[in-house]
Amino acid sequence: MTAEAGDIRAIKARRGRIESAWRVLKTAPFSAWLGMIIIAIYVFCAVFAPWIAPYGEAEIVGNAYQPSSAEFWLGTDQIGRDIFSRLIYGARNTIGIALITTLLSFAIGGTLGVFAAIHRGGWLDQILSRLVDALMSIPTLIFALMLLAVFGKYIAALILILALLDSTRVFRLARATAINVVVMDYVEAARLRGEGLGWITMKEIVPNIMPPLVAEFGLRFCFVFLTISSLSFLGVGIQPPTADWGSMVAENKSLITYGNPTPLYPAAAIALLTVAVNFVVDWFLHRTSGLRDEH
Amino acid sequence: MSTEKKRTKGEILLEMKDVRIEGFSDDKWHQIVKGVDVTLKRGEVLGLIGESGAGKSTLGLAAMGFARPGCRISGGSIVFDGIDLLKSSEEDLRKLRGSRIAYVAQSASAAFNPAHRLLDQTIETALDHHILDRGKAESDARDLYRRLRLPNPDTIGSRYPHQVSGGQLQRAMTAMAMSCRPDLIIFDEPTTALDVTTQVEVLAAMRDIVEQFHTAAIYITHDLAVVAQMAHRIMVLRYGKEVEEAPTREMLKSPREDYTKTLWAVRKLQMHERPSDDIVLRVHDVTASYGGEITVLEHVTVQVPRGRTVAVVGESGSGKSTLARAITGLLPPLSGEIYFDGKPLPRTLRERDKDMLRRTQMIYQSPDTALNPRQRVRDVIGRPIQFYHGISGQACDRKVVELLEQIELGESYLDRLPGELSGGQKQRICIARALAAEPELIICDEVTSALDQIVQEEILKLLMRLQEETNVSYLFITHDIATVQAIADEIVVMYQGKVVQQGPKSQVLSPPHPAYTELLLSSVPQMDPDWLTQLLAARSARSTRVPA
Repeated sequence: MTAEAGDIRAIKARRGRIESAWRVLKTAPFSAWLGMIIIAIYVFCAVFAPWIAPYGEAEIVGNAYQPSSAEFWLGTDQIGRDIFSRLIYGARNTIGIALITTLLSFAIGGTLGVFAAIHRGGWLDQILSRLVDALMSIPTLIFALMLLAVFGKYIAALILILALLDSTRVFRLARATAINVVVMDYVEAARLRGEGLGWITMKEIVPNIMPPLVAEFGLRFCFVFLTISSLSFLGVGIQPPTADWGSMVAENKSLITYGNPTPLYPAAAIALLTVAVNFVVDWFLHRTSGLRDEH
Repeated sequence: MSTEKKRTKGEILLEMKDVRIEGFSDDKWHQIVKGVDVTLKRGEVLGLIGESGAGKSTLGLAAMGFARPGCRISGGSIVFDGIDLLKSSEEDLRKLRGSRIAYVAQSASAAFNPAHRLLDQTIETALDHHILDRGKAESDARDLYRRLRLPNPDTIGSRYPHQVSGGQLQRAMTAMAMSCRPDLIIFDEPTTALDVTTQVEVLAAMRDIVEQFHTAAIYITHDLAVVAQMAHRIMVLRYGKEVEEAPTREMLKSPREDYTKTLWAVRKLQMHERPSDDIVLRVHDVTASYGGEITVLEHVTVQVPRGRTVAVVGESGSGKSTLARAITGLLPPLSGEIYFDGKPLPRTLRERDKDMLRRTQMIYQSPDTALNPRQRVRDVIGRPIQFYHGISGQACDRKVVELLEQIELGESYLDRLPGELSGGQKQRICIARALAAEPELIICDEVTSALDQIVQEEILKLLMRLQEETNVSYLFITHDIATVQAIADEIVVMYQGKVVQQGPKSQVLSPPHPAYTELLLSSVPQMDPDWLTQLLAARSARSTRVPA
C-alpha cells in the first residue's frame, strides 16, 4: 500500500464557489448579461436612493404638473413632488417589498412542499394539499383586497398576505418536483445509510429541485411586484406619501389624456425590470434544464 | 399491393457510402460516425453490434435519412431503392418513413402512447399513408398479431399499452412496423429490456415475420448471441468506424480483428465455486407483502456465506428485489427472521443502529438514478466515510482517493459530477460508495444489466477482485445466467416469490433441473446461429404448441 506516500501527498482541494460561479457566468448569453446589468442598476438605485435622488421622497419642491426641465428631469406630480426622485425611491419600496414577499413565500411554500413530498400520501400531505387547493380556488387579487380590508393597510400585513397567497403556487411546484426526486435510488441509498430527515432533505432533495424553484423565484418575483403595483394602483397597497411605482401610475393616470407622459415613467420602470428578470430566468432555465438548441 | 412488386433476393435495397454523422456537444461538432459503408440486399438481415457509444443507433437512424436532434449527417450518400435520402425533401422522407422503412425502438413502453388502444396505434401509419382502409387494416393487424404469436390476437388490440406485458408490447410494436409491409425495418435493441425467457419468444416472432414477408432488416444490439440468431451478416462497429464485417457463421467461427475477439471472449468469464460454512447472513422463512392479499415473498430461506457470492436468479416479478428490500429493512417482513452474524436483525430500518446499517450496503441497477446528479464524486464517496467512521477533511479526501484507485479510477475524478462520467464509471463510483462503509455484505441488484457487455465484464472482474481483497460477501440479484456462471458460488432460483431451487453453482447448473430452472437456463442465447431454431424445435416437440 502507499500509505506513507498518501500521507505526504496533498489531495487537491475543491474548487471555490466564487470560481465556479464565474465559470458559469462566463457562458451567459448577451440577453442574460443585459438583464443582470439592469437588475444591478435597479438594486443600486434602491440601496443608494437618498444619495442619488436630487430631492426627497415626499418633498414638495415645485408647482404641480411642471413639465420636464433641467431642474426637474421628469417634471413634477400633482402636488409638486419631483417625479425622478420619487421614481428612485419607488425602486427601493417596490423592489424591497417584492423581494421580501417572494423570499417569505418561498420559505413557506418550499419547506412545506418538500415536507409534503417526503410524506407523500400521508395525512400531513393530504391536509396541506387540500388547504392549498382551497386557497388557490380564490382569485388572488380579490382575496388580497379582502384580507387587506380586514387587517388594515400596513406594509407588514401586505407582505404577509401576499407571501401566504403566493406560497400556494410555490408549494405545488416544490411538492411536484420533490416527489420525482424522493423516489430516486440515491435517496433510498441515503435512507439505507441511516441518514436523518434533515440531511436527506438538504443534501439529496433540495439541490435537485433548486433549478425549477430558482426559475420560479424570478417569475414569482415579477408577479408579486406586479400585484403590489396593482394593489397600490387600487389604493390598498403601499400608502402615500411613500413613493411606489404602482401608486405613481394611479396618481397621475389622468395626465395621459393630455399627452403628458408622466404616468408612463413608473410604468416603464415596472416593465423594464420585469423584462430584465425574465432574461436572467430564461437563461438559467435553459442552462439547468438541459435543453439544447437544435442545430 | 404495389410495394410487393419486386421482392427478389439479391437486389440491393439500401446503400450507404462513407456516411459521416456529427453530434453537437461542448460547443463543438464531434464525429460520431466516421465514414461507414453499409450495403443491404432485399430480405437480408444485417446485425450491427458494438459497445455503447459506438454509433450503432445513430447509423441505424441514418438509414431512414434521419438524424437525432443535435446531430447532423455531414457527408456520404444514403440511397434507398434508388432514392437518395440525403437529397430528398422532408415531405418525401415523411412518405417513406413508416410505410417503406420502419423502426422498432428499444423501449416499447416509452414508444407507445398510453392513451390509445394497441390496435389504433398499430394501424395508424397504414391509415395515415392511405395504404389500407380501416376495416382491412384492422383485420391485417389481427393477422399480424397472430403471426407474432400474441395471445388472443383478435381481442388484444383493444387493450391499452399498460394492460399487456413488456414482451407483448414489443411484439405489438413489431406489428406496428409491419403494418405497411415495409421493405426495411430497423430494430434498435428490441429485446435488451426484456427477461431472457420473454426474449426468446420475441426473437422467434420477429425472426419469423421478417422471414415471411421477406423484409430486409438492420438489427442493432450489443448482445452477440442474440444477433447470431437474427442476422445473415454481422458488422462490428467501434468509435464510429467499421471494425469488420462478415457473414454470421464465418464471423462466429473465425473473427479476424482483435477487438471482435475480445467481444467473443466476454462470455467466457468463469469462476469455480468455493464452498464455505461461515454464514454471514441468514434469511429464515421470510414472508413479505406490499399490502393486500398478495404475498411477494413466500417462506423464503437463503444463506450467504462470508466472502462468497450468492446469486439470486429469476425473471421480473419473481421477488428478487423484494428479498433485497426485506433484508435491508425497507420492507419489514410479515413473518420470519433475518440473522446477521448469527444475531437477529431488527425488522425495520428505523430500529437498526448505525453499525448494523454499515455492515450491509447496496448497489443499484441503474447508476444514473443511484447517484445524486448534484453531488461530486468526492462527496458521494466521502459521505459514508464521514458518516460511519467519523473521518473528515483531508483524511477523508485521502481515503476517497484510495477508494478511487481501488476501483481503477484516479484522483482526477474527485470533482466530477455524475453527468461527466460514463455508465461504467458511474457504477464504479456506486461500488466505491458501498465499499467506503467497509461492509460485510453488499447487495448487488442487477448491477450489470444497464451496461454493455464489455463494461459488464470489467465490473464483474472488479467485484471479484474486491471480494478477494476485502472478503466481502455479495448477494447478487440478476436475471442473466451468464453473469451467474461468471461469479456465483451458490445459486438461488426464484419464481413467483418462492425459492424453486438452491445450492452450490455446479449442482444447480447441472441436470436434472426443476422445470423452471430448465426454462431459465435454456433461454439464455448461445453463440450458435442454430441455437434458437433448435431450441424452438425442442420446445415444440415437448409441448403441444402449434407453430404459426
